[in-house]
Amino acid sequence: MSNRNKVYWKGLEQLKNDPEYVKYAEKEFPDYLPINGNKQSADSSDEGSSRRDFLKMMGFSVAAASLAACEAPVRKAIPYLNKPVEIDPGVANYYASTYTQGGDYCSIVIKTREGRPIKIEGNKQCKLTAGGVSAQVEASVLSLYDQQRLTAPMASGQKSDWQTIDQQIKSALASSRNIRIVSQSILSPTTKKVINDFINRYPGTKHVVYDPQSSYGMVSANQQNFGKAVLPAYDFSKAEVIVSLDADFLGTWIAPVSYIKQYARRRKLSGSRKSMSRHYHFESNMSLTGSNADYRVPVKASQQGLIAAAVYNGLAAKSGAASLSVGQLEVPFLDKAVDALWSAKGKSLVVSGSNDPEVQMVVNAINDLLGNYGTTIDLEKPVNYRQGNDQEMSQFVDDVTGGRVDAVIFYNANPVYDHPQGGLLGTELEKVALKVSTSDRMDETASVCDFVAPDHHYLESWNDSEPQNGHISLTQPGITPLFNTRQVQASLLTWAGAPQTDYYKYLTETWKSVYFPGSGENDFETFWNQSLYNGVVEIATSSVQEPENSPEEDSSEETAGISFDPGMVSGQIQARYQSDNAETELVLYQKVGIGTGAQANNPWLQELPDPITKAVWDNYITVSQKFARENGLTMTEGKTKMANLTVNGVTVTAPILIQPGQANGTIGLALGYGRTSAGRVADGLGANAFALVDRSNGSLSYQITSGVTLEITSESHSIGQTQTHETYMGRETVIQEALLSEYQQDEYAGQFAPKIATWKGDEEKVAPHTVTLWKHHQDEYVNHHWGMSIDLNSCVGCGACTIACQAENNIPVVGRDEVLTRREMHWLRIDRYYSSVGVDDYSSLEQAAENPEVTFQPMMCQHCNNAPCETVCPVAATTHSTEGLNQMAYNRCIGTRYCANNCPYKVRRFNWFKYHDNDQFPENSSMNNTLGRMVLNPDVTVRARGVMEKCTMCVQRIQAGKLTAKQEGRRPTDSDVNTACASACPADAIVFGDMNNPESKIAKTLQIDYHEDRKEVAEPRAYTVLQELNVDPNIFYLRKIRNKDEENA
Amino acid sequence: MFATLRPVGCHLLPILVFFFLSLTSVRAQSDSTGTEVASDTSTVETATSQGGISDEAVIAEGESLFNANCRVCHAVDQQLVGPALAGVYDRRDMDWIKSFVKNSQAVIASGDDYAVSLYEDYNQTAMPSFNFSDTEVESIIAYVRAEAEKEPEVTAAAGDTPGVSSQATEGPSNFLTVIIVGLVIVLALILVVLFLIINFLTKFLEKREGLDSADREIIAQKFSLGKLVKKPAFVGIVAFVFGIFVLKSVIDGLYQVGIQQGYAPKQPIAFSHKLHAGQYEIDCNYCHTGVRKSKSANIPSANICMNCHGQILTESPEIQKIYAAIENDQPIEWVRVHNLPDLAYFNHAQHVAVGGQECQTCHGEIQEMEVVEQYAPLTMGWCINCHKETNVNTKGNAYYDNLVELHAQHSKEPLKVEDIGGLECAKCHY
Repeated sequence: MSNRNKVYWKGLEQLKNDPEYVKYAEKEFPDYLPINGNKQSADSSDEGSSRRDFLKMMGFSVAAASLAACEAPVRKAIPYLNKPVEIDPGVANYYASTYTQGGDYCSIVIKTREGRPIKIEGNKQCKLTAGGVSAQVEASVLSLYDQQRLTAPMASGQKSDWQTIDQQIKSALASSRNIRIVSQSILSPTTKKVINDFINRYPGTKHVVYDPQSSYGMVSANQQNFGKAVLPAYDFSKAEVIVSLDADFLGTWIAPVSYIKQYARRRKLSGSRKSMSRHYHFESNMSLTGSNADYRVPVKASQQGLIAAAVYNGLAAKSGAASLSVGQLEVPFLDKAVDALWSAKGKSLVVSGSNDPEVQMVVNAINDLLGNYGTTIDLEKPVNYRQGNDQEMSQFVDDVTGGRVDAVIFYNANPVYDHPQGGLLGTELEKVALKVSTSDRMDETASVCDFVAPDHHYLESWNDSEPQNGHISLTQPGITPLFNTRQVQASLLTWAGAPQTDYYKYLTETWKSVYFPGSGENDFETFWNQSLYNGVVEIATSSVQEPENSPEEDSSEETAGISFDPGMVSGQIQARYQSDNAETELVLYQKVGIGTGAQANNPWLQELPDPITKAVWDNYITVSQKFARENGLTMTEGKTKMANLTVNGVTVTAPILIQPGQANGTIGLALGYGRTSAGRVADGLGANAFALVDRSNGSLSYQITSGVTLEITSESHSIGQTQTHETYMGRETVIQEALLSEYQQDEYAGQFAPKIATWKGDEEKVAPHTVTLWKHHQDEYVNHHWGMSIDLNSCVGCGACTIACQAENNIPVVGRDEVLTRREMHWLRIDRYYSSVGVDDYSSLEQAAENPEVTFQPMMCQHCNNAPCETVCPVAATTHSTEGLNQMAYNRCIGTRYCANNCPYKVRRFNWFKYHDNDQFPENSSMNNTLGRMVLNPDVTVRARGVMEKCTMCVQRIQAGKLTAKQEGRRPTDSDVNTACASACPADAIVFGDMNNPESKIAKTLQIDYHEDRKEVAEPRAYTVLQELNVDPNIFYLRKIRNKDEENA
Repeated sequence: MFATLRPVGCHLLPILVFFFLSLTSVRAQSDSTGTEVASDTSTVETATSQGGISDEAVIAEGESLFNANCRVCHAVDQQLVGPALAGVYDRRDMDWIKSFVKNSQAVIASGDDYAVSLYEDYNQTAMPSFNFSDTEVESIIAYVRAEAEKEPEVTAAAGDTPGVSSQATEGPSNFLTVIIVGLVIVLALILVVLFLIINFLTKFLEKREGLDSADREIIAQKFSLGKLVKKPAFVGIVAFVFGIFVLKSVIDGLYQVGIQQGYAPKQPIAFSHKLHAGQYEIDCNYCHTGVRKSKSANIPSANICMNCHGQILTESPEIQKIYAAIENDQPIEWVRVHNLPDLAYFNHAQHVAVGGQECQTCHGEIQEMEVVEQYAPLTMGWCINCHKETNVNTKGNAYYDNLVELHAQHSKEPLKVEDIGGLECAKCHY
């Protein structure tokens, strides 16, 4: 938008116009021929292969081809011996189930083909996630087929059998007095019942719960304020003003899928609703949530407590409550946020990502002042996502060290890796006589255990879960267990000598006695089957008997108002926080893809570009632009230096990444990396930051404000970053945006309507589409006209669509080296643009990088009606369909790459290598081993080397949906056809459908007007990218609207 | 004299032409005999089925009931799971039949001797109960009676027909061989005779005085192969013909790469479609369960075989292989006959359930195949051709209503598959 003098840039190199960036940018297609296949020496000036080599290769290929053609191989068709009635080869079955990973929850639908889960979809029946999924949930189907999973129980590192280890474990347990079960948060009430049974059998047992990313501070704050040790349920969709203090609720904080769903509802605009929520964000690292905020303020971690107190004091002054006596600090937009909150009393929400109980108490007090309890915050039906107790876990480590533990069972827990005291635990565990892990692999904890009783993958398990009180959902298996594994619950029941060791039966019996009586159904079978079918059940009250000491114990008590003692809290805050900390501060965070590292061995997640940095396969120390300048650091095309980061005596080594928006004086580092025993994909990637977590205050703190030293070494490193890879050659109108106030006055605000000159001269410029050599394809679209709309206003950039696309379309993983040479294969990328106002000279560059605005734009094949790629293909391998699709016939493609050169959106991907059945790409585990290949979608071709590929608009789903409709003798509707990206989107930002169908969601979103001879998109916010080229895409974007005031824009 | 010598070679040509013509006509004749025989059989059938029937409608009703309910276990003249039904109306009275059909267990339980012995004879397999009305049972029996009565005649006719048709089918080949051998012998004799004549005449001319030098030269001329071969024109022609031949075979060969038309591999179990689909007319859907709902028609699983072969032909070594597979928990590894490349997507449901195509369109006369062979070339050209020629099965399918209407506005031709994008890449390649 030139009128505001706003500059869009993808990375610092572009902002600074770095020569190397320019070199690549001008080359546009910066690949070189990989004839030698030598990835390392590729950019050195080696001779390459000679003409003679080429002739040799040619001769050999011809001979090989003719030999191969002589006889067709005999292929076998092997039918079932006894075909299960519900399976028809070639027809997908869907099962409602539940994804849980510790306290992370998502209600899902498993798509299976011939009994193999191949794709995860969201479950629309669930009120919490409402059909949304996250990248981690989507990718979990590949973890099922992880080669590193244990195939049998292990005893002392050797394969054993269940009978043997059961016997040994039982006898060891019988002689143990102090037994500990260590687990992450357990959402399943029936599993808790199993643990209770175990405790009843072995009364010396204590259940210790911890979370790799702890929310214990919040739980204890609620305990002190309300007498309830719980996490409240939030409803962002009811909040008109949201203030977040470093809570990355759209990315990784507690339950992002639900929160995105709620948040996005208030970010949708239409002619009938022209208001949206306003979001203030105060944080140190640039997070996904911060990048979506209307006002993002970089602050130091050491200021968080004071900011919370300042907000409280501001509101207290307005309401007349007692204020906190803490130091003052100057933070931009803080007063504005306070005013906004006060004017939206009862319709606002303040959240904090801090794990400091004092800060959380202040936040509770703020929300109480605002009257948000009962509207945007629900304490009556708390959520169970995080139940970890930092103190108990700490006590456990002490007990182990002190030799006070005889036996320990780890369930879904890997504390040696993901607890700050993991290193200590790893060495001290040998003092425990019996150590049993139930990990699915030989992870860091399992390798120091005597026995490993491997658990099923969740897609092989029966279970239930209660993410929020009264909301129960069922996990049902999508496949029979692949290996000789056993569900932990069955193991615990066996070791406890329970009469019923079959967990499925145990589960149904529990449901029969607990949930069925209140369900109103007459017949348990009907109730059970209906619950399984829906995947979720809403019940009036949680009637499961909780184990004693459980946080839910007190949930039945009445909320008796907040008990908040300003004096005590201000003392603590004053002691811990300061406005002018001179030391470097470290803020540890999670990446959207890797999280706490539980699924680190999943190559899809490793290659998912981080939403902000767009870096893959690494963690790194994010530093501010100012820090970089002071230390003489530069970073171009991912080339950077390594640094040693020392926190209170613990040193980790990681590369430096200069991050615009990073608060000065702070640095960031992601958790979840540095696995040593997760498997082939994850081992050795990045550095383990868990050891740096601070635990001096009783609860774990991910913000370390003192004792941090950063020492830059001379060692070089390259970080694979995807964002600068595809360039639009300086065409900056790809992003269109406006302010809410402008939009309210003019729905077309921010529109870029290019005009082009004609022979009549400059005065009579016309719209590009009026001057064209193309015959209009649209006339041919009599049957269907598929189209897509992407709302830039509600897209938060979470990356679920990218992984959904990867799973649906058999997209290979290429590995870090290939990403460094710009050969990532994702069909759907999310472009992240920074923007800043008023960059016109070098002096303003740094300011621009201080705190840029961020825009996310999912970018895939635009299915242009006048597609430039189609005209240049010499073999007509890419053509246009009569349904508006730009089709790609792989078997016709000869790999000239003309199409990719001519594509203005740079969305075409070339298969530089054979990525399947190729030992050189071990990372690509979904195509390079027989186990991994089970995840491939049998309806989509695995592409060969040397062909182009790109988004097909999930044509296999379109065809399947049309067929369903034809078989039923009707026209297809929205429920028949949806693309993988649109169905995965937790924000419902992507809408796909048939634009010829006036009833479709896409027609309503784009407000299509149907004229006699043409259709017209009437939604004022809709635009197509690079309209001036008149390629006429079928993908529409809805302009981004920022809820900012004019003077701050 | 010169003139008298030439025609010898010229006469050879018409003889050869005649030879080929006669060959083709013989082939044509034998084909037409085949069809005649076939049409004869059909007339025989219609004639018999018209004779001796009182009520067509009752029999027709009985036939549909029989096919829907009884055929799985009973045949008219053959013992399957249950006994052959021909003559049942003579063996038992109508009331017994009715009560047995309606509830066989009750009849057996009542201690009826015949029923009990029947139950024992057939491995204690109880016949399920059918909720038929009396008239329905009567119509079934009427149908069985009609079938049984025409059966002997038809079998007789059928007994004749295979004989004739086998003659007709094998006829051409035997007949042709005889003719060809005969003709070759005749030609050889002619050649020998001609050669003798030439020899005789040459000798005669040599002895004769008074020929001029030119004529003598001709007589003395020896046929020399060597000279002919060395002639550039000859070499040129031969090289050209050879070149064309090689080129043609290379092109043909290349076009055949990957095409397995006629591919009829030996299967691990000698399953006969001719017997099951042809003779017993078992519906294709019965075994190929996916054909109307899935992209793959499905090779039947062993449990489908066991629906019938739990009772039928249990001693057969081929059937024993199925039992072995089930016992060893080892699925049967059939050899795949139709190998569509992975890059092409084909959906049976689309073609059969929506398009209304017959199996035979692509699979040939499968009901005649003892061993399944690939009938169609399965090339893209073949697919495309069909999509160009085939009318879309739009009747009664609301999906197509608007398309038909729009198509009718600018064309009088019926809606073809190509008119709705049936030739586009992404319909089959993704």
